[in-house]
Amino acid sequence: MAPAASPATGVTWRDRSAPFVKRWVRPALWALVILPLVSMVVRLVLSQLGANPIEDLEHETGRWTLRLLASSLAVTPLITFTRWGWLIAQRRFLGLAAFSYAALHLSIYIGVDNFFNVSDIVEDVLKHLYITVGMLGFVLMVPLAITSTKGWIKQLGGKRWTQLHRLAYLAATAGCVHFLWAVKKDKTEPLLYVAVFVMLFALRVVGRKPGRHT
Amino acid sequence: MFYSRPAARSPTSIARAMLIRRPDDLKSSEITPQSLYVDRRQFVGAAGALALGALVAPGVLGASPLGTAASGSRRQDDKITSEEDATSYNNYYEFGTDKEEPKELAKNFKTKPWNIEIAGMVKAPRTMSFDDLFRALPVQDKIFRHRCVEAWSMVIPWQGTPLKDIIARCEPLPGAKFVEFTTLFDPRRMPGQARPALPWPYKEALRMDEAMNPLALLATGMYGKPLPNQNGAPVRLVVPWKYGFKGIKGIVKIRFTDQMPKTTWNDIASAEYGFYANVNPAVDHPRWSQAKERRIGQFLKIPTLPFNGYAEQVASMYAGMDLRKNY
Repeated sequence: MAPAASPATGVTWRDRSAPFVKRWVRPALWALVILPLVSMVVRLVLSQLGANPIEDLEHETGRWTLRLLASSLAVTPLITFTRWGWLIAQRRFLGLAAFSYAALHLSIYIGVDNFFNVSDIVEDVLKHLYITVGMLGFVLMVPLAITSTKGWIKQLGGKRWTQLHRLAYLAATAGCVHFLWAVKKDKTEPLLYVAVFVMLFALRVVGRKPGRHT
Repeated sequence: MFYSRPAARSPTSIARAMLIRRPDDLKSSEITPQSLYVDRRQFVGAAGALALGALVAPGVLGASPLGTAASGSRRQDDKITSEEDATSYNNYYEFGTDKEEPKELAKNFKTKPWNIEIAGMVKAPRTMSFDDLFRALPVQDKIFRHRCVEAWSMVIPWQGTPLKDIIARCEPLPGAKFVEFTTLFDPRRMPGQARPALPWPYKEALRMDEAMNPLALLATGMYGKPLPNQNGAPVRLVVPWKYGFKGIKGIVKIRFTDQMPKTTWNDIASAEYGFYANVNPAVDHPRWSQAKERRIGQFLKIPTLPFNGYAEQVASMYAGMDLRKNY
């Protein structure tokens, strides 16, 4: 593979890291993404998901969306600190994984929880703010998933692509608000996610070099 | 609308004293007549079970125990929830805010001895032991729908004593208008109370006429066994026409008053949880719909009924009240 320059960081990575990435990093990331899903399916089949499995699946896929989104947003600060340029390709992988879990989360809500009852779903989205915000978060992730390819980076140009992909922070914010408002009383868990994202936002602001907009 | 079996036809009444004192003496088959469970039994259709696959809790036998009242085909849906589900999916923040936590964290909770304080506007304020308070009162079997404010529901076979019988024993003064219940506060025994998840102790209350309604039950058992710790042992309130949070657990105090008492959820979020908390599909929780509910163990959501399907027995108590304001 030819040396690639990330429009977001300007860091160049070389061929020599490719075998390492291919052999260790990618399989590890695939495992990270696939194992939660496998675990959910196994628990579902074995009836280990508890009394309300639909709710459990919604909560689990929602959590993994936020976790993977946080992981993808952690990549750039990590590159800034470590200068491991090869990480940049993993950012796309993690971002797409987050989007996949979000899509699964939404699919379960639409197809299982509400069994495709369009009027119920529309009413829920319009009337109940935590659903509205969650839906917004998903919608914001769609253009990011679509434009995640090399072709789109070229077509948009690095700067515009970077600007567009700042939407990831908005999507993360929507995801956190969605979680906070969904919880009845004990906000400890959603607040932990908020704390992680706030830290990631702060790292980006701190890591930004003067005069350069990344 | 509900299924009530007179105590005389049930060995449970004989069993409660024994149940509480020596639960090991009794097999569950001796406590609850099998007919209670096999009456009009319906099996989950094989096709339906296949279609729903693993989403349906396995081994749930159907029964439609809630009588044959006229309010539509809904009766067919009222199958008793599996005991496993009803005892492992609990909102009991005194033992953790996750629904799976209470079963684990309440495992070693001791409910003997247990005293209940009778306080406020009564002839003689006093503290009674659990055994004395319930002594010689017949145990009744009541199968009620249970609707949580979170839009899930169950059908649970309770054993207990109508609240009105206990109130009679408390001898409230004629001026008493409300009855308030308080849960035990003891963070060493109730680990969830170590954190301020709610303002402790938990309190709930009913208007006097609600408390005297024959449907209001003080439950001391379920599924023919003593009440499990995670479900509110040794005694909890069951008000089937109201959202589940009115069903206060682990009761240590019953107080009579002429002022509307502060109740826990109403106190911390009055826009979301009212004092009355009558099940009402027409009034949404501000954050989610109350029009439908997920019956635990079933796949498709079902419509929620006004007063949880007990309108015939309770609606008259609220005649003339604006139920949108008094949610």
